[in-house]
Amino acid sequence: MTVADLGAVWLTLKLATTVTLLLLLIGTPMAWWLARTRSRLKGVVGAIVALPLVLPPTVLGFYLLVALGPRGPVGQLTEALGLGTLPFTFPGLVVASLLYSLPFVVQPLQNAFEAIPERLLEAAATLRAGPWDAFWSVAVPLARPGFLSGAILGFAHTVGEFGVVLMIGGNIPDRTRVVSVQIYDHVEALEYAQAHWLSGGMLAFSFLVLLALYTFVPQGGRMRS
Amino acid sequence: MNTGIQARFHLGRGDFSLDVDLALPGRGITALFGHSGSGKTTCLRAMAGLERAPGGFFALGGEVWQDEARGIFVPPHRRPLGYVFQEASLFPHLSVGANLAFGLKRVAVAERPFELPAVAELLGIGHLLERPPGSLSGGERQRAAIARALLAAPRLLLMDEPLAALDLRRKLEILPYLERLHDELSIPVIYVSHAPDEVARLADHLVLLDGGRVVASGPLAETLARADLPPAFADDAGVVVEGILAAHEADNLSRLDFPGGSLRVGRRREAIGSRLRCRIHARDVSLALERPHASSILNILAADVTAVAATDTPGHVLVQMRVGPTPFLSRITERSRRELAIEPGRPVWAQVKAVALLA
Repeated sequence: MTVADLGAVWLTLKLATTVTLLLLLIGTPMAWWLARTRSRLKGVVGAIVALPLVLPPTVLGFYLLVALGPRGPVGQLTEALGLGTLPFTFPGLVVASLLYSLPFVVQPLQNAFEAIPERLLEAAATLRAGPWDAFWSVAVPLARPGFLSGAILGFAHTVGEFGVVLMIGGNIPDRTRVVSVQIYDHVEALEYAQAHWLSGGMLAFSFLVLLALYTFVPQGGRMRS
Repeated sequence: MNTGIQARFHLGRGDFSLDVDLALPGRGITALFGHSGSGKTTCLRAMAGLERAPGGFFALGGEVWQDEARGIFVPPHRRPLGYVFQEASLFPHLSVGANLAFGLKRVAVAERPFELPAVAELLGIGHLLERPPGSLSGGERQRAAIARALLAAPRLLLMDEPLAALDLRRKLEILPYLERLHDELSIPVIYVSHAPDEVARLADHLVLLDGGRVVASGPLAETLARADLPPAFADDAGVVVEGILAAHEADNLSRLDFPGGSLRVGRRREAIGSRLRCRIHARDVSLALERPHASSILNILAADVTAVAATDTPGHVLVQMRVGPTPFLSRITERSRRELAIEPGRPVWAQVKAVALLA
């Protein structure tokens, strides 16, 4: 492997780790709300969260590019805040990946939260545990399979993305060039040996992730198919 | 200061509405009894604050937990209560011991009335503390749930048909523990049930619910002996008599003395002087104007008729009478009533065909 390959691997891991941690942070309250709410907005929010599952990544990437660009509403906001614009930067990749991988974290968590009987949370309340206390002492431990599978899927899916990265991140070594893009470059340049190394690595990685998921995570916590 | 429980709830749910205004004693076991759909569980959930009744009011011994008129609603986790659900509600990710400690840990040390080992022993689950809840039998799980509720230092214990999900054997296994709670604890218990035998065995005070309304509320023996209950309850009518085991007699019999008379029952194993409750169904009591001399029935009591009421079954009436101060019920046909001219004030002989001891 070349230095550029290693750079791409490192960048990919950094991106996937950052995105997974942020998604657990953002996705947990969203999943909890979706699992417990009786609001009419539940359907709308659920559909929006699931959109990246069906949209071509280029569509998502295109709209993000427009929104985050210098003329877009988000771009103007970030410029006004002195942050510059996000496309073609690592933070831009993080924002795009958050949206793109959101359903892969939210749905397993939502399923896990929905599987907790209301009665157990009521029992916690009658045992002097307030809502926050009951969330941490009852809901989170019981939703553990959901957290595991959400984290694994979120991480793996971020590692595997290509279209969104290309649209929003471009192909800048050590800043936005992740493994999937690097493989594309190798193939374009007919460097099949190097493409094999990275592709084989991705294949092994993906298999191991799924193996872990199907071996260690109990049924209840997996994605809705 | 009022030491009792006051509860006033109005709740509408589609076709069903709950409309109760109750004053209950601040000690002993109060049974909320009714058929399914009568609003028992909703009423209990409203008392716990798990269900918020708009305009509701609830106070325990002068401490107000809900008074919507004054904008007071104490959320369930701030109410010192214990709640035992119908289905097992142990936390599956915690051991039995950690389940018991869940509420205990959240109570200030100075406010803890019980120690975990003592309560575990009282409910006979001391040897199960290390086990995961999934490995317990239904009866053991319910006993653990009761222990867990007690350890949260409740000032009121609410139990929602804790035995309903269990088979008869498990039920018989738990009942003695519930009786021990009754004897050893001073906190009031509200016990939801649709099983007459459980109520007759455990309760001190009885609330009858029907269609979300309170039909009757009062001390157990007196309420059960009321002749003016809706006919739906009169079909299964019967009284509970509490007596003292007075003597063991020849022929494998024991004598039970109650205020106003005594009953012969099959030989009991309890010690002389024990308090025993028995249930006498109205359909097992027949009436005669003169004392029957040649009869196989052992228990023949002199009684005075106090009331006569209709039942659900055409041609049958319910006769209420007193043996001394103790009320009895008898279900006879309208024809017998007419031919014997049974009416309030008339002295009769009550022949008791069967006495069901509740222990």
